Amino acid sequence: MSTTLPAKEMPINESAQSFGRVMTKPPPMKAARSGPLADRIFGWLAKSAALFTLAMLIAILASLTISAWPAIDKYGLGFLTSTTWDPVKEEFGGLVMIYGTLVTSLIALLIAVPVSFGIALFLTELSPAWLKRPLGTAIELLAAVPSIVYGMWGLLVFSPVLSTYVQQPLQSVFGGVPYIGALFAGPPVGIGILSAGIILAIMIIPFIAAVMRDVFEVTPTLLKESAYGLGATTWEVVSQVVLPYTKAGVIGGIMLGLGRAIGETMAVTFVIGNFNQLDSLSLFQAANSITSALANEFAEAGEGLHQAALMYLGLVLFFITFVVLSLSKMLLAQLRKNEGARS
Amino acid sequence: MSTGDSLLAAAALEETRSAKYAQRKFTNRVALVLSLMAMAFGLFWLFWILFETIRLGVGGLSFATLTQMTPPPNDEGGLANAMYGSFLMVMLATFVGTPIGMMAGIYLAEFDTRGWLATTTRFVNDILLSAPSIVIGLFVYAVVVSRFKSFSGWAGVMALALIVIPVVIRTTENMLQLVPAGLREAAYALGAPKWKVILSITLRVARAGVVTGVMLAVARIAGETAPLLFTALSNQFWTSSLTEPMASLPVTIFKFAMSPYENWQKLAWAGVFLITMAVLGLNIAARVLTRVK
Repeated sequence: MSTTLPAKEMPINESAQSFGRVMTKPPPMKAARSGPLADRIFGWLAKSAALFTLAMLIAILASLTISAWPAIDKYGLGFLTSTTWDPVKEEFGGLVMIYGTLVTSLIALLIAVPVSFGIALFLTELSPAWLKRPLGTAIELLAAVPSIVYGMWGLLVFSPVLSTYVQQPLQSVFGGVPYIGALFAGPPVGIGILSAGIILAIMIIPFIAAVMRDVFEVTPTLLKESAYGLGATTWEVVSQVVLPYTKAGVIGGIMLGLGRAIGETMAVTFVIGNFNQLDSLSLFQAANSITSALANEFAEAGEGLHQAALMYLGLVLFFITFVVLSLSKMLLAQLRKNEGARS
Repeated sequence: MSTGDSLLAAAALEETRSAKYAQRKFTNRVALVLSLMAMAFGLFWLFWILFETIRLGVGGLSFATLTQMTPPPNDEGGLANAMYGSFLMVMLATFVGTPIGMMAGIYLAEFDTRGWLATTTRFVNDILLSAPSIVIGLFVYAVVVSRFKSFSGWAGVMALALIVIPVVIRTTENMLQLVPAGLREAAYALGAPKWKVILSITLRVARAGVVTGVMLAVARIAGETAPLLFTALSNQFWTSSLTEPMASLPVTIFKFAMSPYENWQKLAWAGVFLITMAVLGLNIAARVLTRVK
C-alpha cells in the first residue's frame, strides 16, 4: 500500500516558510485541526473499554460469589467433598459433579494429547506444502462446529455405535477380570463418562493441535537442520530437538485444551446421562458434570438454596478453569521469553 | 593382534551399527505412520459429523421449516421463530460487543502496549476468551434476570455480547500490531491527530483482519447454547419484543433433541444442519478474506 503523497501535492514552499517561522517563534497551536480534546476523548474511550474487560472478570467473580453466598455460608468447603445432592431435602454437595468434570476431562486429555501431537507432527514435518493449509483448516473447522452439534450427534449417532462396537466387546473381554472389570461394569448403553470423554477429546483436539503446531514452528530451523545434518531421523529431530525446545508451549497447549474440556457444556450434557451417583467407578456409568448439572437444573431451580448451590458449583468451575488457563498462559509466555533468549 | 581379528571386530561393529540404524529407521517409520493415523483420526470425526449432519439435516428440512413456528409435540411446524430470535440476538450482540472490543483492542495496540493495564487486560482477556460460556450465562442471570424477575431477549443479547468482546479484542489487537510503524509515523508527520491516524490509517489498513475477527465472533455466538439457557430461555411463539423470553436456534435444538418426539428430533436435525452450515460458512469466508488480504 502506498502512503507517500504524489510529489506535486507536496507544499514545498509553504513548509519552507513555516520552517522559517518555527525557528523564530513557537509553532501555532491550530495545527492539529481537531484539537487535543478529540484525542483525549478517544484515548479515554479506548482506556475505558480496556478497563471494562477487567471489570467484567471482577463482576463475574463478585456476582457469582454473592449469589452463591447462602450455600457457601452453609456448607463452606465441605461442599466440595460431600456427595449428597438432594434438592427435595435441600442437602447439597458438589463432589459428584466435580468428579464427573475432572474424570471426563482426564479421559479427553488421554485421547486428545497423543492425537494432537501426531497431527502437529504431521502438519509441521510430514505434510507436503500444498496440503498444509487445507488440512490445517479442516482440523480448525473441527473447533468451529458448535458444541450443540457435537451433543446431538453424540447422543443420536455416536453413542449407539460406541455401545455396540466398543462397550459390549470391552465388557465381554474384561467383564470377569477383577479390578479392571469394574471399570467396564454397568449397562453398555453408550451414554456416560466414557462417551462424554471421547466427545470432549474430539472437541479439544483442534485447540491442542493448533497450539502444538504453532510452537513447533517457532523452533529455529537452524537447530532442526543441525540435527538432520548429524543424521537424525525425523522422529529423532521431533522427540529430541523440537519437543524439548517447545516443552513449555506444548504443556501450555495441553492446559488450554483442559480448560476447554472442563468448561464445555452442551456436548457433555447430551451424553453424560445426568445421573447423580458415585457408587460405581465404571466408565460406562451415567454421571453428572458441573456444566451439565447447571444446564439441566438451573432454569428449574427455585430461588433459594438450590440455586445458590448451583451458583457455588459455577464458581468452582470458574475457579478451576481460571487456574488452568492462567497456567497455560504463563507456560506459553515462558516459551516466548526463552525463544528470545536462545536464538 | 592379527589382521584377521581386527577385521572380524570391524565386521561385528558394522553389524551392530547397521542393526542400530535399522532399528532407528523402524522407530521413525512407526512414529510417522502413527502421525498419519492421528491426522486421519482427526479428519475422520469432522467428516463423520458433517456427513450425518447433512444426511439427517436435509431429511428434516422443508419449506415449512423456514416459515412455520415451533410446533407442539407430534405436530407439523418449523423453526421460523427460533431462527428469527437467533438472528436478532446475534445481530444486536454483535453491534453491542464489537465497538467495545475494538476500542479495547485499539487501546492495547496503540495506546498502552506494555503498561500494567495492558498486561493485565491481555491476561484477563485470554482467560475470558476460553472461560466456560455457561458461567457468562450464570453471571447475566445473577445481574439481569434475577433483578428484573424475568427471562428476556435483552439478557440473551448481553450474554452473547460478553462473549463477542474478548474475540474482537484479540483479533483487533493482533491485526493492528501487523500495521507497519512507518505508516503511523508518516501520518503523524503530516500533522494528523492520534484518533485520526488510528481511525483512518491503521484501522483501515487492518480492516480485513478486523472484519474477520467480527465474523469469527458471530460464528462463535451463533452456535452458543449454554449462555442462552437461563437468560433468553425459549419461546414457542414469534416475538420481536426483547423484554420477553426469546427462542433461539441452539436452545430449541437442545430442547427438541432431548425429547422423545420424532417430529421434534427431525426439526432439531434440520436446525443442526442450518446452524452448522452457517457457522462453517462464516469460518471459511473469514479465512478466505484474510488470505486475499
